[in-house]
Amino acid sequence: MTWQDGWWAYVFIAIAGWLATDIWRWLGVLAGERLREDSEALNWVRAVATALVAAVIAKLVLYPTGVLEQSPLWLRLGAVVLGAIAFFLARQKPAVGIATAVATLAAGLWWLGF
Amino acid sequence: MERVEDERSSLAWFLTGARGIFSLPAIILMLSFVGFCSLTAQAGIPPEQVVFMTGIVWALPAKVILVSSVLSGASLATAFVAVTLSSVRLMPMVAALVPELRTPKTPTWLLLVLSHFIAITAWVFAMERVHQVPRRRRVTFFAGFGITLVATNMVLVAIVYRLVADFPPIIAGCLFFLTPVYFLASIWNSARHRVVYLALAVGLVAGPLFYWLLPEFDILLAGIGGGTLAWFVERSWRLRREVGA
Repeated sequence: MTWQDGWWAYVFIAIAGWLATDIWRWLGVLAGERLREDSEALNWVRAVATALVAAVIAKLVLYPTGVLEQSPLWLRLGAVVLGAIAFFLARQKPAVGIATAVATLAAGLWWLGF
Repeated sequence: MERVEDERSSLAWFLTGARGIFSLPAIILMLSFVGFCSLTAQAGIPPEQVVFMTGIVWALPAKVILVSSVLSGASLATAFVAVTLSSVRLMPMVAALVPELRTPKTPTWLLLVLSHFIAITAWVFAMERVHQVPRRRRVTFFAGFGITLVATNMVLVAIVYRLVADFPPIIAGCLFFLTPVYFLASIWNSARHRVVYLALAVGLVAGPLFYWLLPEFDILLAGIGGGTLAWFVERSWRLRREVGA
């Protein structure tokens, strides 16, 4: 059976995609219902959730897939650093930081002949 | 003012949530889905399956891993394990959001259903805005946002799939780059607890470190290890200040 065989593809997506993600969401609901909003345990959960997302961010910047795989690391890091500087100069407006970072990347890619 | 706000109907709060589709996070996510369309189109996955995947899996990183497993010819069991391991992070994210959303009367089944709509974008959006909504309306507000966001992206994928097979590389690169940069700015901007800043900084370093040490479990270890470290340091500061005061 290959991926393309009609119903099998949907079963594949349902098991390896839906079940594999919603299990964790359901466990999260059951755990979250036992957490008080001002508790130390929730503080820890908050820290773990944030660190997990931060690790995903770092991986996306350092080890991207697709076109950016061929772009130099200094360009990607430089774009993030310039974006961060603009973000703090503009009193922490997300749109300013994001626009600066993406514009830096676009200019760099263009200059490198992408 | 607060009382007037609270007199608005459930439908009004649902629509307030739905209007979040025009917010910066939702627009960036839609651009990321355009990028995902170009990935699946190049991989030769039929559009109906991509739409199905968008609705039923929802989390974009999980879908990218699912698609790459399929492309590498992985068996169902291998793909299941890869996606399961990569999605553990959804559990602490949901667990951190649920205490902010629910009231003592919120039924568990409703939270279980709504949890499906939580992925990074909806999580960041909700953590940022939900405290501005009266507590008994928060579940409705989140439902409005989550359901609209998923439905819109399913329609978007169905339409855009045919148009995006060949993007110029600069556009494709910028679409990809939007996601990490947006997450960074938004988490920093929405943090309401000092531990979040610390966990963000530690996680950014711990992610690559564990990728280098133990690439199979990097995100999980960086989250649990880095998060615990950030929590412990922040708690020590807090306790010391309390003793000093």
